[in-house]
This record gives sequence, C-alpha cells and structure tokens, in this order.
Amino acid sequence: MTKGRIRARIRRSHLYTFGCIRPSTTEEGGPNPLQLHGPGYSRTVYCNQPLIHEKKSLFYCKNNISTTKYNVLTFLPKALFEQFRRVANIYFLLAACLSASPISPFSPLSMIAPLAFVVGLSMAKEALEDSRRFLQDVKVNNRKVSVHKSNGEFVPKSWQRVMVGDVVRVEKDQFFPADLLLLSSSYEDGICYVETMNLDGETNLKVYPLDPSQILLRDSKLRNTDYVYGVVIFTGHDSKVMQNSTKSPSKRSTIEKKMDHIIYTLFTVLILISFISSIGFVVKTRFQVPKWWYLRPDNIEYQYDPKKIMLAGMSHLITALILYGYLIPISLYVSIEIVKVLQASFINQDIQMYDEETGTPADARTSNLNEELGQVDTILSDKTGTLTCNQMDFLKCSIAGTSYGVRSSEVELAAAKQMASDMEEQDMGSDLSNFPLIKGSVPQENVRRAGEIELETVITSKGDADKRPAIKGFGFEDSRLMNGNWLKDRNVDVILLFFRILSVCHTAIPEVNEETGVCTYEAESPDEGAFLVAAREFGFEFCRRTQSTVVVREKFSASGEVVEREYRILNLLDFTSKRKRMSVIVRDEEGNIILFCKGADSIIFDRLSENGKMYLEATTRHLNEYGENGLRTLALAYKRLNEQEYTEWNNEFQKARTSVGTDREAMLEEVSDLMERELILVGATAVEDKLQKGVPQCIDKLAQAGLKIWVLTGDKMETAINIGFACSLLRQGMKQICITLDSNAVTNDRLEVVKGNILNQITNASQMIKMEKDPHAAFALIIDGKTLTYALEDDMKHQFLGLAVDCASVICCRVSPKQKALVTRLVKEGTGKTTLAIGDGANDVGMIQEADIGVGISGVEGMQAVMASDFAIAQFRFLERLLVIHGHWCYKRIAQMICYFFYKNIAFGLTIFYFEAFAGFSGQSVYDDWYMILFNVVLTSLPVISLGVFEQDVPSEVCLQFPALYQQGPRNLFFDWYRILGWMGNGLYSSLIIFFLVIIIFYDQAFRINGQTADMAAVGTTMFTCIICAVNCQIALTMSHFTWIQHLFVWGSIGTWYLFLLIYGVLPPKYSKTAYQILIEVLAPAPIYWTATVLVTIACVLPYLAHISFQRCFNPMDHHIIQEIKYYKKDIEDQHMWTRESSKARQETKIGFTARVEAKIRHLKGRLQKKQSALVGVSSPTYT
Amino acid sequence: MSTDPSSSSAAAAEEISNKRKSKKPKYSRFTQQELPAWQPILTPRWVIAIFTLIALIFIPVGLAAFSASQRVVEVEFEYDSTCIPDSYKDNATAYIKDDTTNKTCTQKFIINSRMQAPIFVYYQLDNFYQNHRRYVKSRSDEQLRTPDKENDVSSCSPEDYVIINNKSEPIVPCGLIAWSLFNDTYKIQNNDKDLAINKTNIAWASDRNTKFGADVYPKNFQISGLIGGAKLDPNLPLSEQEDLIVWMRTAALPKFRKLYGRIETDLEVEDEIVVLIENNYNTYEFGGKKSLVLSTTTWIGGRNNFLGIAYVVIGSISLLLALGFLLLYILKPRPLGDPSYLSWNKNPGGLR
Repeated sequence: MTKGRIRARIRRSHLYTFGCIRPSTTEEGGPNPLQLHGPGYSRTVYCNQPLIHEKKSLFYCKNNISTTKYNVLTFLPKALFEQFRRVANIYFLLAACLSASPISPFSPLSMIAPLAFVVGLSMAKEALEDSRRFLQDVKVNNRKVSVHKSNGEFVPKSWQRVMVGDVVRVEKDQFFPADLLLLSSSYEDGICYVETMNLDGETNLKVYPLDPSQILLRDSKLRNTDYVYGVVIFTGHDSKVMQNSTKSPSKRSTIEKKMDHIIYTLFTVLILISFISSIGFVVKTRFQVPKWWYLRPDNIEYQYDPKKIMLAGMSHLITALILYGYLIPISLYVSIEIVKVLQASFINQDIQMYDEETGTPADARTSNLNEELGQVDTILSDKTGTLTCNQMDFLKCSIAGTSYGVRSSEVELAAAKQMASDMEEQDMGSDLSNFPLIKGSVPQENVRRAGEIELETVITSKGDADKRPAIKGFGFEDSRLMNGNWLKDRNVDVILLFFRILSVCHTAIPEVNEETGVCTYEAESPDEGAFLVAAREFGFEFCRRTQSTVVVREKFSASGEVVEREYRILNLLDFTSKRKRMSVIVRDEEGNIILFCKGADSIIFDRLSENGKMYLEATTRHLNEYGENGLRTLALAYKRLNEQEYTEWNNEFQKARTSVGTDREAMLEEVSDLMERELILVGATAVEDKLQKGVPQCIDKLAQAGLKIWVLTGDKMETAINIGFACSLLRQGMKQICITLDSNAVTNDRLEVVKGNILNQITNASQMIKMEKDPHAAFALIIDGKTLTYALEDDMKHQFLGLAVDCASVICCRVSPKQKALVTRLVKEGTGKTTLAIGDGANDVGMIQEADIGVGISGVEGMQAVMASDFAIAQFRFLERLLVIHGHWCYKRIAQMICYFFYKNIAFGLTIFYFEAFAGFSGQSVYDDWYMILFNVVLTSLPVISLGVFEQDVPSEVCLQFPALYQQGPRNLFFDWYRILGWMGNGLYSSLIIFFLVIIIFYDQAFRINGQTADMAAVGTTMFTCIICAVNCQIALTMSHFTWIQHLFVWGSIGTWYLFLLIYGVLPPKYSKTAYQILIEVLAPAPIYWTATVLVTIACVLPYLAHISFQRCFNPMDHHIIQEIKYYKKDIEDQHMWTRESSKARQETKIGFTARVEAKIRHLKGRLQKKQSALVGVSSPTYT
Repeated sequence: MSTDPSSSSAAAAEEISNKRKSKKPKYSRFTQQELPAWQPILTPRWVIAIFTLIALIFIPVGLAAFSASQRVVEVEFEYDSTCIPDSYKDNATAYIKDDTTNKTCTQKFIINSRMQAPIFVYYQLDNFYQNHRRYVKSRSDEQLRTPDKENDVSSCSPEDYVIINNKSEPIVPCGLIAWSLFNDTYKIQNNDKDLAINKTNIAWASDRNTKFGADVYPKNFQISGLIGGAKLDPNLPLSEQEDLIVWMRTAALPKFRKLYGRIETDLEVEDEIVVLIENNYNTYEFGGKKSLVLSTTTWIGGRNNFLGIAYVVIGSISLLLALGFLLLYILKPRPLGDPSYLSWNKNPGGLR
C-alpha cells in the first residue's frame, strides 16, 4: 500500500488554483434543492443515530427502491385498465357483455373467446416485462455497503437496510448507496474524486472537498480515493437520482398513430352500415313483417316486434354494431404485438450487432417502435461515449516548424483509399499512378469496391507496420523522434523542451505498476493522459509527484544514462474552459524558473513574444493540416523567468489567492493572465480523439441514407468542432456559421439587445444560405449552449430551426441535458419528422425520452441512458444496421401487415352486411359461429404474422449497399393514405366479388347432379371457403420472400380450413349443427363448389395482380429494380455496373466521409494538375 | 416504463460482466434472418405467362360449364295467381285461409325439349324469408334427434308447447320452421297417365340417418292454436318425413327452391303435362310467389349459365391483360434490372 501512503501525503487541494474554489452548485445549472440555506427547505438528520429517524415524526423513507409498474395485488386491475384504454378493446368488451342477451347475433363463446385470448396475451407480456424490472430492483436493494455499528466497527449491510443518519464507509470504485454528506476521506484534506457518469454522463472526475454543501449523490462512484466516510442524509426515493428520474413517456410509432385513424374510419363505416341496416330493418319490420305469418308476428320477441318499432330498431342497432364488428380487426393489436416482439428478438439476436469487446448484444427494450426505426429523419447524437471513446491517441506533433508522425489519421486513410479506387475506375492514366498517396498506402488489389470506405481493410492491407497502437493512447510513429534519435536532430534543444512541457505541464498522478515498473497515469482528461504516455514513450517518464515536485525520468540525456530530474512546482494555473490553457511555473534542478504552457492555438498565438514566433508560420500550417485530418490540436509554449520577475508576480498572485470576496476569481484570472504572456512557441500536438469503431463510416452511410445528423454535446466548442471534423460532419471548405454570444455581452447588455443580436446572426446566416449559388456549397451551424437558451425561446425558435434545417450539419456545444431535450423537441415538433436521439450518459436521458426513438449506448458503466432508451446498442456503428436493415424491414413489414389486416377484415366484414340485405336485416349471419371465431384467430392470422416477421424486400447486404432505399420509410411510401385506401378498396372489391358471385352461382337451382339445392350452410361455407382462399392468395401475392415458414403458414392456413371443416363435420351434430358432414357429403362431391372457389379466388386477386404487374413492369420502384438485378445475378456478371449503382444510390450528401473525401480529392486533383503543368516530380511533404 | 435510477442499472452492468460469454447470440440462419427463401419476381414473361395460363384454363372450363348448363332442361311455371278462382282474385288470402274452399287446381303445359330421367320436381317460393334470424333459430335439433329431448324446446317459442287438458305438452317438431312446413302437393300426368313422383331420398342421407331420429315421432303437431303449414303423419318417424327434412334446411335467400321429388321416366318433346296442384300454402298474405319447377341436372347441377359465363369473362379479361402486357412490353420494353430506372437515376439530384 505504498501507493496509498504517498498519495495520502499530498494535500491535493493545493494543486488546484481554480478547481477547488468553484462552488459545485454552479455546475448543476440551477439552485440545488439540497442546500440547507435554500428558502423553505430544511432537513434534520441525527448523525450516527439512525433509529431516531424512525421514532420521531420524521418518517424518512427507506433506502429500498422500486421501479415496477405493478405489484401482485394491483396487477390485475391496473393491467386490465391499460388494456381497455384502447377503443377497439372497449368495443369488443361491450360486445362480449351483450353476447349473453338475445340482442347479440353471435353465441357468447364466439365473442368472449377471441377477446380473452387477445387481452390475456397482452397482459402476459406486461407481466413478463414488469417481473424483469422487479428482479433488477431486488439486485440493487441487496447490494452491500459497510455501515457503522458502534465504536468504529463497520459491518456490511444491504442497501435497502441503510437508514438516514447511518455513517457509511465507501471504498474505491464503489457506488454511493444513498445521498451522503462527506465526513472524511483517505486524503488528509478530505477531498475525494467522484465519477458522476451515471448522473450527468461526464467522465471527468469531480473533486469534492470537505464542505457542508457537498453531497455525494447516490449512484455516483468513488474514484482514485481509497475510502470515504459519509453520513446518509437522503435515502431511497428521496435521493436526487430518484427524484430526478422521470417516468419516460410511453411512445407510439407514427404508423400506430395513423392506424388509430384508420380504426376510427372503420368505426365510422361500422356505425354507418349499422344505421343503414337498422333503417332497413325498421322499414321491413314495420311494413312487411306483420304479413309474414310464418314468423308469428302476433307473438314475437320485442327485438322483432313491429308494434314496438322504436325499441326493436334500437336493439337492432346494437345487434348490427356487434354483427359488423368483423370490420374492426380484433386481432390486429395482438398480432402487431406478437410481430413486434418477434422482430425485436431478431434485433436482439443479430450477431452483427453484438459487441465482442463489452459482450453486449443489441437490446430492443420496447418493441413498440420497431417500424419507427425505418422512418427516422433526424438523428440527434451525443458526442462523448457515443461518437468518441473519450480516449485520445497521440498521433502527430509539430516541433520547431517540422511535422513529425507518419501514421495517418482515419480521415487520411479513407481519402487515400477513395482516391485510389476512383482512379482505378476512371482509368486516369499512368502518370497519375505515380501520385505519392496511392503508391505508398493502398495496394490496388485491395480496392474492390470504390464506394465502400472500409478502414479495417485498408489497415490490414498495409501489413503489420500499421497496426493500431499497441500502447493505449500512443499512436505516434516516426523514427526521427523515437528511440532517442531526436538527439541527432538539429533542433534538439527545442525538441527537449517540447518533451519537458509534455511531461511536466499537467495535473496527473502516476501509478507505478509494481510488476513491470511502468507508470500509468490517472489524469483528469484523456488528452492529458495521452500526452504523458507520449512523453513516456519518447523517454521522459513522469514517475513521481510529491506535494510540490514532479519527478521525470529521462532516458536519453546528454550523458547517455537514465537520469531523474526533479522540478519544483511553484505555481499551477490549471485549465478552465474559459482560459483554454494551463501553465505550470517550475524551478528545475539548475535553479531556472520556467513557465510551461499548453493551450488552444488561438489563445497561445495571441500571447507569443516577438522572438517567440520563429515557428509560427510553419506551425500554423501544420495545425491547419492536423485540423483538416480530424485531429485535436494544442500549442505548446514556454517562457523563462528571472528570479525578480517571478517574485514580483508571485506576490501579486498570492495576494489574489488569499483574498476573500466575489472578485477573487477575476483577480486570479487577471494575475494569471499577466504571467502567461510573451511566450515562445515550441510546437503543437495533434491528438486523435479516438472515434468509436466505425463511426465515420456509419455516419457516412446514414448520411447517404438521407438522414440528418445533429451533434449535441456538453463539450466546449473547439472540441466539438474537432470531433465534427473527425467524424466528417464538418470538413474544410464547408461554410461554418457560428452563432455565439460575446461573454461580456450577456452580463452587460439588456436581454432585448442580446436577443436582437442573436436574431440578427440567424437572419444574416439564413440570408447567406439563400444567396448561395454554388449547389455544392455546404453549411454547418455551430451554436453554443448560452446562445441556444435564447434561440430556443418561443419568439426565435422557428427562425433558428429554419436555419438549422438548411444546414448540412448542426453542432450544439456546451448544452445542458435540458437543452438537449428542448432541441430534440424543437426538431420533433418543428419539422414534424421522426427524430432519433442517441446517447450514453444520464445527461442524455432527457433527449432520449423526448425523441421519437431513444437509443442508448450499452456496455459502458452508466446505464441510465439505456434504462431510458427504447433501443440499446453497444456501439454507435450498429445504428446503421439498426436503421438501414432492421428499421427498413420493420417499417415495410408493419405497414404491409396493417394494410393487409384492414383489407381482410373489410373483405370479410362487408359480406356479412350484404347478406343482411337478403335476410330482411334481421341480424342473421350466413356463417357458422365457429367460422367467425376462427377467421381472425386461426385461419388468417399466421400468414399475416409471417409477413410481419419474415418479409424482406431485399436481403440485408443489399440494404447496406443501397442506403438510399431507406428513404422509402421517411417518405412513407408504404403507409400513405393512397396506399391504405387502395387496400381498403381492394377489400371492398373482394367482398363484392365473393358475396355476389357465390350468391348468384348458388342462387336457386340444384348444385348437385342429384338435384339438391343449396341451403344456408352450404352457401355460407362456400362463401367462407372463397374468403379464406382469396385472402390467403392475396397475402401470397403481397409477399416477396418465401421461406418454408411462409409457405407453411399461407398454404397451411388454407389446408387448415379444409381440415377444420372435415373434422367439424365429423363431430356429432350436437356440436357441428348445420355443418354436420358438410364437406364430405354436401360440398366436396359438388364440382360447382370447387369451380366456384377457383373462380372467386382468381376474380378477387386479378386486379391486384394486374396492378402489381403493371407497377413493376412500367413504373418500378427502387427495390423492384434491385430485386431484378439480384435475381438475374447481374451484380455478379457486371460488377462494374453494380458498384457504380451502389455508389450512386447514395443521397447527395454534404456531410459524411464520402463528401469529405470527395472534397479532399477535388483539392488534391487541383494540386496535381498544377504540379503536372510545372513538370515537377517532387511530392508534397505533407503527404509523404 | 420508468427510468430506473442507475443503481439498478449498475446492477445490470455487473450482471453483464458476469454473463458476458453467454450473451452472445447464437448463430443460426433463422435468427440471422438468412433462411433460404424463394423470391419470385413478376417479370413481364411471368406476368404474360400467368395471365395466359389463367385464360387457357378458365375459358375452356367456362365453355364446358356453359354447355353443361345449356343441356339442362328446366320448366318453371308460377301458379300462385292462376290457381286462385276468379271470384277470389281480390281476396286471395281469404281463399287460402278458408278450409272449405276447393284448393285443387289444374295446370297444363307442353314439353319443348326432351327431358331425360331423373327429372327433379321442385317447389319454388319467393319473398319467403327462411333466413330471418327469428325463423332460423326457431328449431330444436336435440328434440329432432332423440325422443328423450322432446322437452328441449327453449328456442322454439312460440311454437314450443300446446296446452292439452291444462297441461303444457311439448310440440314435436317444435319451432316456426317445422310449423310453417310447405303443404302444396302435386300430381303430375303425362298424356293422361299418372307420372310417379318418387319422394324418397330427396333429403341428405346424413339428415335422415343422424339428425332426424328414427324413433322420434311427431307429437302435438299442428293440433291447436294457429295452424301453420303441413301436418305430419304421427305414425311416421321424423327420419322418414323427408319433406320436413328438406324444409328444415333453411334456405340462404328469400327466393329458393326445394326438392319435391323425382320423376324417373323420360319426358319427350310435345308431351302434355298436367299438374294437379293442391294449393294450400299461404303465400298470398306476404305477397310471395309459388312456382313448380321441373328440371334435369348435369355435373354442375341445375341450369346455371352464370358460372360458365363468369369463367369465360374472367378468362377473357386475363387474355386481354396478357395481350395488353405483351403489347405494352413490345411498345415500351424495359430491360430487367436496368439501373437507369432507379429513382436516383431518373431524377438526378437525389430523392429529396
């Protein structure tokens, strides 16, 4: 435990000039409800006396939590209530209630059985989902924590038994079980490091010093601190995290909302035809039934009684409403639910969405929104943890005006590859193949698909030399600097300084691995970690930090031996987002006082002395290059101080430091500013903010699929822009529209002035876009959180949205979680299009809940985003598969399925209505009750479910090759009213054909050679046979993908009908009634039965067949053509065409890798031409 | 669904690390949605072939059905108005309800085409709603099948019980259907010779054997109260009351024919048929029509031109569609899988 002791000795709070003095409340973005001084709120906690809280009238709640929706008692009533909130279910419930009365046209069983089946199935699903939540709660409640018992003795207790007032001891890397007040920590001065990723998604550790207002929140994690003691003040549902957790709104997909409208339409039709038949009934009953002596009108039940015509009419209306209920597909909801659960299980099972590293498969947490995945228009993405891994790789540097580092960034590699393949395709001639880029990096045989940008291929093709860095955080490769070779460089002094700045100017702590002796670093930010790792690899290993010194082990000194150099840290001016720089003032072993500074290039460049600008020009050029290649850059500078100069300044500084008052911070800043001037530029670093695997390619594909991508990040603007570059949302040559506020303006000006200013910026930008003539011009909108506060206000948000929609990419930086949600809402409501929000941290929860679809990144520690999300995937890149394949399929499946459902129920339901006209509107059905029960539940359900689960218009790899196919979803080609009404029309046509053909064929003459005429059972059964055959043939025509399952279900359904009829007819007449022996004896021997079935079936599907044939032959849709290409194997015969088309299939994108690479290629080609005209063979140093 | 606090989520995270290995989805062609599939494509060739095939099958079948229908000889004559004596022309209902009037009526007609035995004799009613919900339900299948269930008359009201000696006795067969049994009778003479009408086996065998009991005898049927239609021989079991069995199979439409019997001798052209009708059944009250039909059958049953015509029409439409597609395809061919028809090639500049 030497490590711990060393660290405990450091009073770390001294390290921070700015960090520890900021009150933590400012970060919360609002008044902290826990503040004791807050108006009207106080909470009394008796420390170490937990039992008091039970006795006294405080009633603080227990620490167990429950997130379930139901418990054993409430399940039945609550779940039933949920079920009967659907209009259709209420209707069926009422119908079932009435089924016992003589009003009902059907037997009670035939009404209750399908309803019970449907409702029971949905409730079983609810119960299953809730039980999962319950098990998770139990697991959390049973987690253990050390609680003080007596006399300093701590015993482990489960979380649920922790009470207010308990003193708990939390060890390193444990979660806090409740909201705690910090009492002490393993560090002398009582600070501790806390990771609040679960709460706000920020990975940077937060420092908590001992202070009454500093509450350690439940579910944050103790880091870098061996242990802390704390007293429990808020438990269970009182804790902040529970108070903040909101019920996520239950989301419904656009298709389902539209489906409701169709259901309402059908209800209207139902009511309409019920009225028509009631009027018919009243007329018949009033004027004719009195003469129908065979009905005994003198002694008749009230519901037919001509003398009580009003009552009879009313009761008939109810009868009719129940009778025509087959228009409303009772099994629609349950079928859709079954289908969606199965679709979701396919998403979960997709092996290509399984992340090997974290071991997490994709998880469709709600199955409600599968089809919504196919209709997304705008993606709102978080940055850290979603697009980036938050891991930096030191890749390049510029020292003394020379650029080092030969390894290419991801952007460069992709550009190289694209160039190479383009040239291959266009056959540009041999002189071009000398182009240095192609020669070195990409072998021709590896370039097969021009349009595909697959980095992995490029990397592996280049052999072992270019494998990703073995050392985490260090991707640098250049023999000029490695292994001490820099000693031979002519700028050796500058290089030495560069390395020293890297190894000294930071706030990290080293941790020595006792086995290997290698240091690893716990740094506040990953950039800093990357610098230290780089310094170590260059031979400047930062190995120890004490209270006031930093020790660096230098491997390559002038003497050739390993020497340890100790730097005395005089002052540390740490990094804040406002300062954008950090400096240390050190005294080295020779007694020199030096200031080392690193910071954003713009800031550093402003602070250079006249003689410090030696490398300014070259460095600027390199910085631009790095930026273009998507790297994060910092400039490094130094300044030597003499003793007197320093002492004077230090006095000022100490004065400012010890001052008390509101302007302390401002004073400190001012004094620091005085010191960080007249710097001498050394060079610059370029760090690759490691994007998550496949992110640029995924963004590229999504952009090609026509999706708009917005990045919402809590990061500062520079970082956000860098990431924008790295993942190709931004590129050089794009016109950036930055809407920001002068920070002074906010404080000084009145609100109207500020708003006017922003509005002005927005209007100007919109104007600029309108004036733009170049069709290739792309705009990027970058806006920061403060500005956004005003831009999101009601009077301005539409202008803002209008501008944002015109821009190819939008980046919002420094936004709070709430603003993320507000932006999401603005896009959702303003454009009326489907939005998808993706994020990984608790700060994304609002946005995830607000968006139409929320996607959480799973597999990381914080699971809040996942818990709030509708879909959880392990990596951003899986979004492509989730949307372009699963979304596309699910959208088409559900859309076709719903259309078909309405078709079949209209086709069936209307025949019942027509028959009424021939049965005196008496409410008699021509079909046997059992036929009607089976129609929805058995005979037509499985084929439509198989359509909903298994249909594929094109195989998955084609979906990926033609992202543009995705646009069929957002454009809603398969569920527009035209199509819905078309299907309804088809249903109407089929009902007419089925009913009247059968009626006319079986009119009055004999239908058997033996002279028998058809009775109602024979006519009804024939009609029903025709319906079953027609709707099942119809679905076979609708499908384009038949596995054995579809064959089994479609043809099996028809087979099942005959089988049922056979078995039903064999049953004793007590059960089979009029259907006794109907198939064997009555229908099967009659040729007319079979010929009528064939005739009616073909007549029903003929118009649809002609329609789809015509559409495909003369007005083909994209998937038709692609199916044909695949069918004729044209893609294999003519690969050139296939490649060309799949690259053209992309949306004209202005963002994404492709667009970026194209821009770069244009640039390079221009350059090449210049070179050729000058007849020079020298390659540009930049690209070697 | 609620947002769980991350404590529960952290538990989930722990769980994940424990179960890491087992969470990998297992590969199967089913779960990866890669099952081998038949993906038919409606290419023009297929379209033309399908429509031609439909035409090739439908037109001959239609012609066959039509010719079969044409071979059927059917003689139908309506007698409801002609069988009312002139004195009762304005008061047919009174005539038919009056027990004392002579209901016998003689009708003559000449056979125009040869009719080959068996010749089926039907009565045809019009505007008679055997499919009315009240009517359809007014029967007791149990009672018809077994003598034990003779009290099972709950669905038969008001024809369920009769009061005999102040005691309710169940009616067998109960209900409106049986009560309103058709009771006109026909005697047919050909050239003054009686033609035998065979009234056996006119009902379905299953009805006779199973649904109407051989040990169930009519009881209390049409003995008091309103008299509906025919009376039944109380000594004959229901299974042998074939007229009743035929009648009890309710028709689907208000106009229907029911089999009356069979004539098992051929009728030649110019034969003069005389039908002696007992005109008992009251269709006058509700304005129904009554006809007598003699008809032969073929494999499609009785005369039914519609089936053949419908087949020919559908077949012809298919043929026209096939020709239409062929013509369109010749005039405006589209090479299959031609990428120039892709939407992004048709309107350059993207789909938007």
